[in-house]
Amino acid sequence: MQLCDLPAYELNLLLRQKQVSALEITQSCLQRIEQVDGRPGQLDAGEMTPADEKAVHAFITLTEKRAVAQAKTIDRKLAQGEDPGALAGIPFTVKDIFCVRGTPSTAASRILANFTAPYTATPVERMEAAGAVLLGKVNLDEFTYGSSNESSAFQPSPRNPWNPAHVPGGSSGGSAASVAAGEAPLSLGTDTAGSIRQPAAFCGVVGVKPTYGRVSRYGLIAFGSSLDCPGPLARNVVDAALMLHTIAGADPRDVTSANLAVPDYLAALEEGVRGLRIGLSPDYFKITFPDPASGSYDQQALPAEIESRVRYAAQLLAGLGAQIVEDVPMPNTRYGIPAYFVISRVEAASNLHRYDGVKYGYRTSQPVSDLRDLYRKTRNEGFGLQPKLRILMGMYVSAAQYSAQYYRRALRVRTLIRRDFEQAFDPKGKYRLHALLTPTTPTSAFRMGALYGDSVLMQYADQLTVPANHAGVPGVSLPFGIDQHGLPIGVQLLGADFSEAILLRAARAIEQASENEPWRKIKPLVLR
Amino acid sequence: MSEILDAQTFAHLVELAALELDPQQAEYLRRELNAQLSAIHELEAIPLDDDLPITSHGVPYTLQISAAPRADAWQPYPQPQEIIAQAPHSREGYVVVPDIPHTTLE
Repeated sequence: MQLCDLPAYELNLLLRQKQVSALEITQSCLQRIEQVDGRPGQLDAGEMTPADEKAVHAFITLTEKRAVAQAKTIDRKLAQGEDPGALAGIPFTVKDIFCVRGTPSTAASRILANFTAPYTATPVERMEAAGAVLLGKVNLDEFTYGSSNESSAFQPSPRNPWNPAHVPGGSSGGSAASVAAGEAPLSLGTDTAGSIRQPAAFCGVVGVKPTYGRVSRYGLIAFGSSLDCPGPLARNVVDAALMLHTIAGADPRDVTSANLAVPDYLAALEEGVRGLRIGLSPDYFKITFPDPASGSYDQQALPAEIESRVRYAAQLLAGLGAQIVEDVPMPNTRYGIPAYFVISRVEAASNLHRYDGVKYGYRTSQPVSDLRDLYRKTRNEGFGLQPKLRILMGMYVSAAQYSAQYYRRALRVRTLIRRDFEQAFDPKGKYRLHALLTPTTPTSAFRMGALYGDSVLMQYADQLTVPANHAGVPGVSLPFGIDQHGLPIGVQLLGADFSEAILLRAARAIEQASENEPWRKIKPLVLR
Repeated sequence: MSEILDAQTFAHLVELAALELDPQQAEYLRRELNAQLSAIHELEAIPLDDDLPITSHGVPYTLQISAAPRADAWQPYPQPQEIIAQAPHSREGYVVVPDIPHTTLE
């Protein structure tokens, strides 16, 4: 076991006891990156080589010098007896959708490839203020639009450390892959439809989508402004709680951030689950998806091994004193994706209008006749296919003549999805749940190329995660088993608004109760 | 699969979106758009009460959790030249663009 494989909370303790230095920790992570990451994502990357197909490729930009300097500052503070912060010396990676002053902040798109952020996103600023060490910016689907990372303009795109022939999930794929491969104990991601939880499940790590407004979006390059939530990815629940505590809280620079005290997530973590009511819903044990040929809908039960892991997690919780409530109806779960196809596209199209080749970012080098021609040529060359698809879809469904049929209707369906959660979590209602326990994803990580290009099927990978984004409620995905293909399985806990402390507590209980299970000893393929 | 979006409407959308597509891209994007529009047709079949309100974001913004408005005070950015320097083309502190389409009024 190397330093880079240790949990963040242990590293912090070793650091405070002066058994290791921040520089040693950072160097251990940099060494791991050197061993497993391969070449970083880049524009016009050329042909993939056999070596590319075996590496993780989490990074777009490695900020090695900055990291070493930050680590040395922490060591100096420690030597002088100063408190270096709750995350002192802990390396972390940042999804390249956050602005970090002085670093390229690309959104994995050609249109922002040459953009250097003039300011730093609040969650990153808070990590650094707590002493965490930024290792660099990691890859994602272009502008976060995808569930596999294959749409990144920066290739090679990340691969799953458990089996590099499979995707890491997305859109926070670089984040999940970097944490799973031991390149960093923590990563900052974003979740708009499942973009933290789905890659966390695919890569066997913990991912937290906080309540909308719990973590500031200042400095986040926007996708769906009513859905986007920054949050942590970590290798265990304690580290995720530690990181969430650091980044959460009101921010005068984001008016949608909630003005609500941040509880001490760590203190509550070991309180156990006795007396908690944990629900299971039949609506989360099946998936509904369109048949590409006919357009009609098929319903399918989840793979048995995924369902059985969720039921086993419920058994563990019951053994620890939680009350399991079965058959909680969440009937509008199946509308999550169609409603998302409308709402997120309208918000994406609106957010993407700012990229025009005038103020920053890419500008076409072709001759242009006027400003409009400059916009068109720049946007055509700068955007990949997925942003273009979202712009077109968003403009169509919000057009005056279609808005009632699509956009307004989708926003009303969103009300139904929110009501499912309100009824399940209502403290005076029939179910009175503290959390709903579900699978995170309908499958384990799919193979590279298996879905890419089919924008409909790719979106349905988020079926079990997107309802929480519509409703704004928090969710935690934690690894809970390995499937027959040797790939991780994730289970998800969903809760009422701002109930992260309860979800983390329940997740920690599952983690502890399964601590000695044989699957936990298995390492990702790239580390064997 | 049904074709909701015909070529003409698609071309109009491309114009509105300030894009310019080659034929291969246009074909892929129109096919995917039609597939997505088929997928969202499911929404039309959902019975909705007339008085069902919209939800524009999940978590309600109550007064208790909303931040007080910021003071309406001018906060100059310390290094404006750094912002201007990001522009692909600038001159003497101004961002330079090609001709802006306009019509001269009679």
